[in-house]
This record gives sequence, C-alpha cells and structure tokens, in this order.
Amino acid sequence: MRNPIKLGLSAALAMAVSASALFAENVKIAFIDPLSGPFAATGTNGLNQFRFATDELVNKDGGVLDGQMFEMVAFDNKISPKESLIQLQVAIDQGIRYIAQGNSSGVANALTDAINKHNRRNPDDRVLFLNYAAVDPALTNDKCNFWHFRFDANADIKMDALTDSIAANDDIKKVYIIGQDYSFGKAVAAAATRFLGEKRPDIEIVGNELHPIGKVKDFTPYSRKIVSSGAQAVITGNWGADMLGLGKSIIENGYSGPIYTYYAAADGITAAFGETGDGSLRLVGEGQLNPPSNDRAAAYVEAFKAKYPNGDVSQARIANVIEMLAKAIDEAGSADDVVAVANALRGMEHESIWGGTLMMRPQDHQLIQDVHIHAHTNEDVTFDYDNSGYGVKVIKTVEMAALDSPTTCEMKTY
Amino acid sequence: MDLILVNLIDGLVTGLLLFMLSAGLTLIFSMMGVLNFAHASFYMLGAYFAYQISLAMGFWMGLLLAPIIVGIMGAGVERYGLRRVHQYGHVPELIFTFGLALLIEELVQFIWGKNQMPYAIPEVLQFTAFSIAGNSIPAYKIFMIFISIAIFIALLYILTRTRVGMIIQAALSYPKTVEALGHNVPLIFMGVFGVGTALAGVAGVIAGPVLGTFPGMAFVLGSIVFVTIVIGGLGSLWGALVASLLIGWITTFAASYNIRFEDILTGIGFIRPENLDEALLRDLWTLTMPQIGPILPYILMVLILVFRPYGLFGKRDA
Repeated sequence: MRNPIKLGLSAALAMAVSASALFAENVKIAFIDPLSGPFAATGTNGLNQFRFATDELVNKDGGVLDGQMFEMVAFDNKISPKESLIQLQVAIDQGIRYIAQGNSSGVANALTDAINKHNRRNPDDRVLFLNYAAVDPALTNDKCNFWHFRFDANADIKMDALTDSIAANDDIKKVYIIGQDYSFGKAVAAAATRFLGEKRPDIEIVGNELHPIGKVKDFTPYSRKIVSSGAQAVITGNWGADMLGLGKSIIENGYSGPIYTYYAAADGITAAFGETGDGSLRLVGEGQLNPPSNDRAAAYVEAFKAKYPNGDVSQARIANVIEMLAKAIDEAGSADDVVAVANALRGMEHESIWGGTLMMRPQDHQLIQDVHIHAHTNEDVTFDYDNSGYGVKVIKTVEMAALDSPTTCEMKTY
Repeated sequence: MDLILVNLIDGLVTGLLLFMLSAGLTLIFSMMGVLNFAHASFYMLGAYFAYQISLAMGFWMGLLLAPIIVGIMGAGVERYGLRRVHQYGHVPELIFTFGLALLIEELVQFIWGKNQMPYAIPEVLQFTAFSIAGNSIPAYKIFMIFISIAIFIALLYILTRTRVGMIIQAALSYPKTVEALGHNVPLIFMGVFGVGTALAGVAGVIAGPVLGTFPGMAFVLGSIVFVTIVIGGLGSLWGALVASLLIGWITTFAASYNIRFEDILTGIGFIRPENLDEALLRDLWTLTMPQIGPILPYILMVLILVFRPYGLFGKRDA
C-alpha cells in the first residue's frame, strides 16, 4: 500500500519541480503601482497596457532568447512609498529582476534609492528599475543611478516642447501660468518661467499662481482673473478633477485661447470635455495615436481596444518599455545578468512602434524621443479616448526633444 | 468696478447652490435634531442619476426625475433606517448617517467607476447670456440663479402660507400636540426628510455639469454645508440663505484678488525681513488671499460660534 503512495508523491514532486522549472523560464516583470484606492483606475489601466504589450509585442513572436516569455506580476502599492518598498522586497524575494513603476514621483524616488542600495549589497541578485511615468527631473539628475531607466519624457523636457510651441506663435504676448499648490505644480511653473524667459523674453507672464490642490469647488474666480489679465495662452500642470474644473471653467467664462496642459486626456477627462475642449486644449506628450504613425501601431491599438473595450492606450511608452527591454535581453544574451541588460539598454537606439527613434541617453538614462503637442478634437481622430468620439491629434512634433539638454547626473557604471 | 459686478454674480451662483444644499439640511435638522452627514451624498446621487437619465431622455427629464428618485430614496432612508436608529439616541443616528455617506460613495464608484462623468450642460443653454467688460456670464449660470430663487420662494410659501407648512411648523415645536390632533407626525418627518434630500438632489443635478460629476464631489462640498447652517443658525431657512450668500461671496472675492499678506503687513507697519528663510513668520509673508480663501468660511464659523453661538438667525436654545 505504501509504495503506490510514495510513487504518486514522488511523481507529483517531480512534476511540481519540472513545472516550476518551466515557470522559471519566464522573464518576470514586477508591476508596482496602485491597484486599489483612489488611483486604482490609473494603475489597473497601466497594468492592462503592460499585459497587452508583453503578449502582443514579445510573447506572440516567441519571446526573448530561446523562447522565454515575458510575464507581468502585479503588486499593489496603494500609491504609498512605504508599501512600495515592502512590495519591492517581495518581488526581489520571488526572484524578479525587473521592476516597473510610474505613478507618483514620490514612489519612484523611494524605489530608486532602495534599488540602488539593494544592488550594492546584493551583487548576485540585482534588479533594474523601469520607470515608465514618474517625471520628476531629479530622477535623472541629482538622484540618478545606473539601475534606473526613465522611458517617459521628464517634466522639463515636456515644458521645453510646450514652450517651443508657444514661442513659435507670434500672436502670443501674454501667458498665464496656474497650477496646483504642491511640488509638481511649482516645478511646472518654474520650468515655464525659465523656458519662456529664454525663448521669448518679450512674452509677459501676466499671472503665475497656485491654487489649493483638490479643494477648489468652483474655478470661476480664477477664470475671471485669467480673462481679465488678457492672457492669450494658459499653461497648467493640473490633473484629475482640478484639470477638468479649471479647463471647463475658463472656457465657459469667455476665454478662447489655447490651454497648454500635461494631463488633460483619457481616464474620463476627454469624454467630460467633449465639445467644450475642441480648439482649446493642447497636450504635450509622447506617442502618436492620431493620425496613426504606421499600420503596425494602428493594428496594435485596434487589438487593444478589442480586448479592453473600455480601456485606452493612454500610455504609449509602455510598448516602448517592453520592446526595448526585450531587445536588451536578446543583446545581452541573458535575462538574469541585469548588468549586461542595463549596458545593452544604455545608449540603445530603437525604432518606436509610434514612429520616430528612441534613444536611451547613457549619461542619465533618460529616454530621448519625439515629443508631440496634441490637440483635443473629433476631426481625423482614428482612435478616440473614453469611447467619446474625441481624441488627441498630433499638431506639432519636436523630434528627439532635449537631445543635448544638460544633466547633473554623475553615473557610476558597472 | 466691472469685475466687482461679475464677482457679485459668480458669488451669487455659488451661494444659491450652497443654499439649496443647506436648506434641506437645516430643515431636517430643525425637525428631527439629526445632522445628516450623508446630505452631500444625496447631492452626488442627484448628479449621477441626472447624468444617467440625460443619456436616455435628455437633460430636462433628468432635472425632473433625478430629484424625485433621490427624494424617494431619502424618504426610504428615514423610514427604514433613521427611524429605527432614532430610539437609541443622537449618537447612533450620527454614526448611521456617517456610514451611509461612505456607503453611497463606494456604491457610486462601484456602479459608475472612478472617472469623471461626461455630464454636460444642455445645448439650449450653451451660450453667453451677456458680457461685462469681456467677462462672459454663461446662460447656464442665469438658469441656476432662477431655479434656486424659484425653489426658495416655493419653500417659503409652503412653510408660511399653506396648511401643510403650518402643520410642519407645529410639528417642529409640539410634535405630541400635533399628533394628538390626529396628524401623522412620523409621516410628516418622512416627508420632510424626502423633500430635504430631493433639494440636495436638485443641487446635484444643476451643479454636476459645471462643478464636475465625480465620486469625490460629495466630499468636496460635505463640510462647507455644515459650516453654512451653523453660521446661519440651525433650523433657520433665512439664516441658511444669508449664510450661503455670504460664503459664496467671501470665497469668490478671496479667490479673485491676489492680495498679498506682505502688503497688509507692511501696510500696518511691519518691515519685511531681508532674508525670508530665517524669518519667524516666513510663511505668513508669502501668503496670498486665494491660498487662504477656502478656509475663510471656517474662520467665520468659529467667530460666529464664539460671539453668537446660535448663529445669525438661530433662536437661542431654551
């Protein structure tokens, strides 16, 4: 009686071992972002885009190296830096070597420090940090390290592109800057003042103010000030309800010029603006959806919409992260040797699915890419947001934005 | 001078909106002695229901139906929730409404998600009514003013000129006597609660398109409504009106003028320190009026509580 049991047990064990060996073949990427709480919608949407990108861009074509598949492993950080560090440790303990995160520069700052420290102490167990959305310029300047790669254009690069667009318009003589009263709003205001001063010293900044974040019920008084200041352009870094409230209010109360923004699309905002934002909203960002840059990009977005009818490809750079990582792993010849992968990523040039060339600048690990100014519109929109018929269309492109912008990064290489 | 006029109109809109919310709350409080923490949640429900109805039947049906649905829900909450909790005293009642507020917010997020809803102003009202020195006053704002004033007049008429109003007022002070005269006092309470929440619903319906329809909208307005009824005097309809307008104008004017504290301080004789980083009152020197605008109503409330604890129009507690 004992023997069959023993046999069964050992067979099960053998299967378990071989199964786990099979799983170990997968290249796992930890996704550490909010999947619950007030920012869950953003995090979940990002995770969907990552899952889709790994399947569509890597796994469908047979994976990397000799058939290793990419696998996203989700960790909920509740957008707290403390929770993120715990989840990072869990991910490392599970043998994961690639960490993707993007929501909140506060979290990114905590993660980059922790990963730097971990890699110094555990040379056999190092991990890479793929930052796909945290845009605090400090991450690729004073706080840069070898293990951190940023795939989004940072706040300064985006403002550089925005102010290029403003500077090119000779009709604009007066600009109003308004933002949320915290570090990001202040950074946007400072960058806007600096770049405008360099590019168009004749432009007068007729207003530069911060409003309490998330507390303003009605933006009408602010719009009155903007209208009566005679501003011909408004710059704001507002996001979420503050973006919608400010934008709608200034349009409804008689302002007719362009509003230059960072975050006025997708996640319900495009639908809520609808017709109101037409002709006013100008967004800076990477990734070209309208018109689609090529058939491959169009097919990619269509396939995504087929799988997630209520989602949007709102973070085009996620596809870049996955493609460049796959390429780097193939070049390095190993997914476990992250130093080799990192060195392959450094200075890598890559043709983006969204058109244009990407270059991972070796000095600071900031991805240099085309940055576009988009207009909110329903004309010639192949791919809308929020199923609203409205989307964003590229109206101006800054190629390889900020290619030779200065950085204070002193990179230690391996 | 022109801007003052524009701000007066903007403040009036904000104030009247606040009045619609606080009128219901203060009515409910004066009748039942319950501070309904979920009141702003009914405001949110009004906006969401109206949005949903407007998708199928247009804005005007939403304006008509959503407050009725919210009112019926409110009456249901009173009949099957508050009335049962009432016998255990005021604290369980407070906790009940507090829990209800959290529940409604979660429910709204569950059904509609966390994103902003594209709830828009009806097309017939999408034009500029008139402009004052380049500042356009949207027609929708004028519409909001008319709706609010109509509701105030209707409420005042019902409460002071009709039989129903007389019974309600009597039931406020002498529920036992009113009951002895053969009136159904619990039914009156239920009705008042329903009407109060329906008023919040109306406010939601007309505020949703301009202030945004999102799961946090109840939270944003929640505390200011209480401030309004405390300033106005608990239970007083006139008090609620005056306090609402006062708060509307204070916040509008505070946000409109970039008065810097530096100017005020130097004006009264202080000298600005050379190096602000080491100054004792560093933050005070750099403060501007719009930054503290949102807390001015709270300061006013504290002052009112100190000098006139029963509010502007409240009756002194016996």
